[in-house]
Amino acid sequence: MINKPNNMMFRVFIRLIAVVVVTFSIYLFFSGHNAPGGGFIGGLMTAIAILVMYLVFGVSTIKESLPFNYTYMMSIGLLLAAFTGIISWIAGYPYLKQFFDYFQLPLFGEVELTTALIFDLGVYLLVVGAAMTFILTIVEDDS
Amino acid sequence: MSNLIVLPILFPFIVGAVLVFFAKNSRAQRIISGIGSLILVGLSIYLAVVAYQQDTVILEAGDWSAPYGIILVLDNLAALMLLITSILAAACLFFAFGTISSKREKYYFYPFYFFLIVGVNGAFLTGDIFNLFVFFEVMLLSSYVLIVNGATKYQLRESFKYVILNVFGSALFIMAVAWIYSVTGTVNMAHLSERVAEINQPGIVTAIAVMFFIVFGAKGGLFPLYFWLPKSYYGPPAAIAALFGGLLTKVGIYAIIRMFTLIFHHEPSFTHKGLIVTVAGFTMFLGVLGAVSQYDFKRILSYHIISQVGYMVMGLGIFTPLAVAGAIYYIVHHMFVKTALFLLAGATEKVTGTTQIREMGGLIKSHPVLTWSFFIAAVSLAGIPPLSGFFSKFPIILSGFQEGQWVISAVALLVGLLTLFSMMKIFGYVFWGENKLTEKQSEVSVTKLLIPIAPLVAFSVILGFAAEPIFTYSLHIAEQILEPSNYVNAVLKE
Repeated sequence: MINKPNNMMFRVFIRLIAVVVVTFSIYLFFSGHNAPGGGFIGGLMTAIAILVMYLVFGVSTIKESLPFNYTYMMSIGLLLAAFTGIISWIAGYPYLKQFFDYFQLPLFGEVELTTALIFDLGVYLLVVGAAMTFILTIVEDDS
Repeated sequence: MSNLIVLPILFPFIVGAVLVFFAKNSRAQRIISGIGSLILVGLSIYLAVVAYQQDTVILEAGDWSAPYGIILVLDNLAALMLLITSILAAACLFFAFGTISSKREKYYFYPFYFFLIVGVNGAFLTGDIFNLFVFFEVMLLSSYVLIVNGATKYQLRESFKYVILNVFGSALFIMAVAWIYSVTGTVNMAHLSERVAEINQPGIVTAIAVMFFIVFGAKGGLFPLYFWLPKSYYGPPAAIAALFGGLLTKVGIYAIIRMFTLIFHHEPSFTHKGLIVTVAGFTMFLGVLGAVSQYDFKRILSYHIISQVGYMVMGLGIFTPLAVAGAIYYIVHHMFVKTALFLLAGATEKVTGTTQIREMGGLIKSHPVLTWSFFIAAVSLAGIPPLSGFFSKFPIILSGFQEGQWVISAVALLVGLLTLFSMMKIFGYVFWGENKLTEKQSEVSVTKLLIPIAPLVAFSVILGFAAEPIFTYSLHIAEQILEPSNYVNAVLKE
């Protein structure tokens, strides 16, 4: 680093921006499969949020505060998506058939919950894991 | 509807994902992947029986009915391919246990091995042309990882070409899918078959057919798009080269057979008897010439893949039940024998430390079992009766003469002779001749490596001696796929 610049503004704002981006990514994740959104785009946005924090606070700081193993995250995502399909198998329907129902939840009111959401969660984890693995592999490569 | 037919895709997928957790523990990886591959063999035997009893089994994934959803279709051809795939995968995996370096193991060799099988099995099972593209991509992405795994300089250089060519091929593939969708308005294969039959395959559909042929030809190593194959199969370790050599090109050939029997079969005088037969002739002849000119064990074998692929598409091009049955039998024979030969090349390399056949010699004295296994596989490849190679070439060439395809049949005979020549060249240099091995080299034991190869060599012998029942089965498959209404009715339930 040449003359480490004083990036105070950057550091302050990024905390806010990261919160907004992660919130929006969660919104996108939940609106998926009926409206634009879903696990893939939600996962990408979360990965972007984590990435910006990596840019600002440095690799080692974020590694301590977010100690995820992104490779494992990918394969947990894969397994989650695969096992969602098995639910419908056990229920006697073709693989990957989705089920949904409406539930009354406190605070949220009537909510549609689907098994596709679990599948989407798998996709979400996979995308976050994959995007972070790509980038961190390249970042750590220059040593 | 049967959920079982998703298992050849789902099971290796789960095994691959679980293996990621054990990436640093090679013992656990070996146990899980070994057991997984054996379960897969059992599963595919069961599915082959199911397919034989019920002809065509389908699964509408997610309960979306055809032609809107993605359909998995298990017919006899797909079941046969699944069966061979699982046997080859198990053999190469057990061979890899004894040869692969721990550095390669740690970099996700086993997970991607299983993801490759996911892609291959998916490509065999899917009944949707866009989904076929997706599974091709799954297969190719895993193959990129496996081909570069180990990261030697040679591998990095050659796999770069492999990646570029395949990415270009995939781009063409997706264009062809878009094109046929714009003409017919569907991507479901059965629906496509029906609609192309309704409009009686006009010129534009034939043009799309040629485009698909180019795409799958590039993946399958057909003339003139085979140049990437010998070099990229040379780099990776023997277990991977064997799996790729036995399996990956055959996925392209399977796709060609599927497309040109199910969908684009209305203009056989141009597509089959013109284009495919001509390409087959050039592929065969130039492939074998490449093999004759080489002096490297693995390169000779890689060039032979090209020439053998030519026979398979020749069988399709002649387009009679006998010829197509011959092509199917050829695929079975080739997958076993070619994989066995690659693995034997790997075992020889383990002894001598080189793949240059002129630097070897006299292995027959120190390693007789290795030598005679190679001899059986080699003469089988060349087509000497009573081994499987003879019974696979015979119906193809016979029906070539019956149909009056004199030139291609003569080329096929000549290529058989040259194959024999180049196999005997290997045998003469490597196994006969004066003993060039050092004391230490002649004591290297390859018994452990021969165990996974033995079933493959045995299959070649069995396929030859039990040619009648197996050929009857191939003929049954050929008759089934040459009558597309079987497939269409099963999927669209009319």
